[in-house]
Amino acid sequence: MMIRTALLATAFLALPTFGQDNLLDLLGEEETGPVYTTASFKTTRVINSHSLENTAHGVLDFRISHRFGFLSGGVNEFFGLDNADVRLGLDYGISDRLMIGVGRSGFEKTVDGFAKFKLLRQCDDGCGMPITLAVVASSSMTTAPAKDVPWYGPGRQDYFSHRLSYSWQMILGRKFSEGFTMQLMPGVVHRNLVELASDRNDLLNIGVGARAKLTKRLAINAEYFHVLRDPVPLYTNSLSVGFDIETGGHVFQLHFTNSTGMFERAFISETTGRWEDGDIHFGFNISRVFTLHNPKKKPVE
Amino acid sequence: MNEEKKNKRTNMTKLKNIALALAFVPSALIAQERFATRNGHIHFFSGTAVENIEADNNKVTSVFDATSGAIEFAALVKAFEFEKALMQEHFNENYMESNTFPKATFKGKVSGLSAEQAKIPGTYAVEVTGDLTIHGVSKPVTTKGTMTVEAGGVIKAKSEFSVKPEDHGIEIPGVVRKNIAETIKISVDLAYAKM
Repeated sequence: MMIRTALLATAFLALPTFGQDNLLDLLGEEETGPVYTTASFKTTRVINSHSLENTAHGVLDFRISHRFGFLSGGVNEFFGLDNADVRLGLDYGISDRLMIGVGRSGFEKTVDGFAKFKLLRQCDDGCGMPITLAVVASSSMTTAPAKDVPWYGPGRQDYFSHRLSYSWQMILGRKFSEGFTMQLMPGVVHRNLVELASDRNDLLNIGVGARAKLTKRLAINAEYFHVLRDPVPLYTNSLSVGFDIETGGHVFQLHFTNSTGMFERAFISETTGRWEDGDIHFGFNISRVFTLHNPKKKPVE
Repeated sequence: MNEEKKNKRTNMTKLKNIALALAFVPSALIAQERFATRNGHIHFFSGTAVENIEADNNKVTSVFDATSGAIEFAALVKAFEFEKALMQEHFNENYMESNTFPKATFKGKVSGLSAEQAKIPGTYAVEVTGDLTIHGVSKPVTTKGTMTVEAGGVIKAKSEFSVKPEDHGIEIPGVVRKNIAETIKISVDLAYAKM
């Protein structure tokens, strides 16, 4: 009995050494750290609003955003192409989770700045996190003369604090597949000064943004912001649809939007265009990145 | 009678011992001279007049069996590190499609280093032949290299070869054709330890 067992054992001991098909299996499972999902959006903006993407650590992103006039301007305004609003911005990735940026817009001559931090990051492998959660805090200051700012109104004292507005936003998103990403953006815009006593200083809003990839280098994006406020005759909700085209170091975003301004206060609370009336801007964002510092580079051995 | 029984028992014990010894023999006889690493280095370089693109992967796994000459490599595509973050993203998203094809692998044979030689320090010229799988497409590859046997069961291996992206079904669009070389130089550099 013992002999038979021993012989059997012999047979089995010999087997694995001959039958080894994959040598690498001998190493067992690889221990890799968490692999975070990448390329959920082509760039750090969906269209006007922030996407769940950050500028990578050490990368400077120069952004030129441009909105022509309303298509409803007709032939006389060359369908909006005679006018343009521009925002020039510089964003920088302090780490892979934290980015900051500043911008200057022609719209109400506004300077804005923001910080975006990723609290949770969706993982492909190595951790079970199904979503990305980011927070964006931004503020803006108009530098236009008081008489040119619609919400100043006549006879109002021009305090510095009146010129400031803030926005806080939470971005809750997931890359569902290679081709589809969606995010929800609940937030609040605080305006130190508003036009009418009946308008609130704090506006709760919720945005939704999504992108679908058409090809490897072309995606279609859309975003919509619903502002929770009593109907104000002038203002509408922001809706934008556009394409992302990627060519090497650039991303071109071409889109149609009813918002004129390109910072939170402007596009969330001061959108005046109505899609149904043809109040649509054709616009584009161009992003060009520069690697200022490479955190991964190790000294040569 | 008693004597006979005793004898039989002794014989049994002897037989048992032999069988037990046999049980361990195969593993000893074909004790395989195997070497492995988890942190091999692969570097690739694409040089054109427009720009040079290069990346490093320091987490390459490989097992080399000196007895049979079999060798295998696996490199996680996402573990290639570029100077520019955007390049790395495009490499993964647009060219290698690393979500669909997470690993590049090689499976083949080494000739020029026998199991006996793997115990004797020295540098040996070797030839490696096998299948290279990148982007889900396999291609036969033959290349030359060196294996340096060092004391303590360490073997250092080096090799260089080139691959064409188009051979592995990697499309390069017209706009960036001038930025990416037709043949990419790959250098492999690893230090195996005895398993």
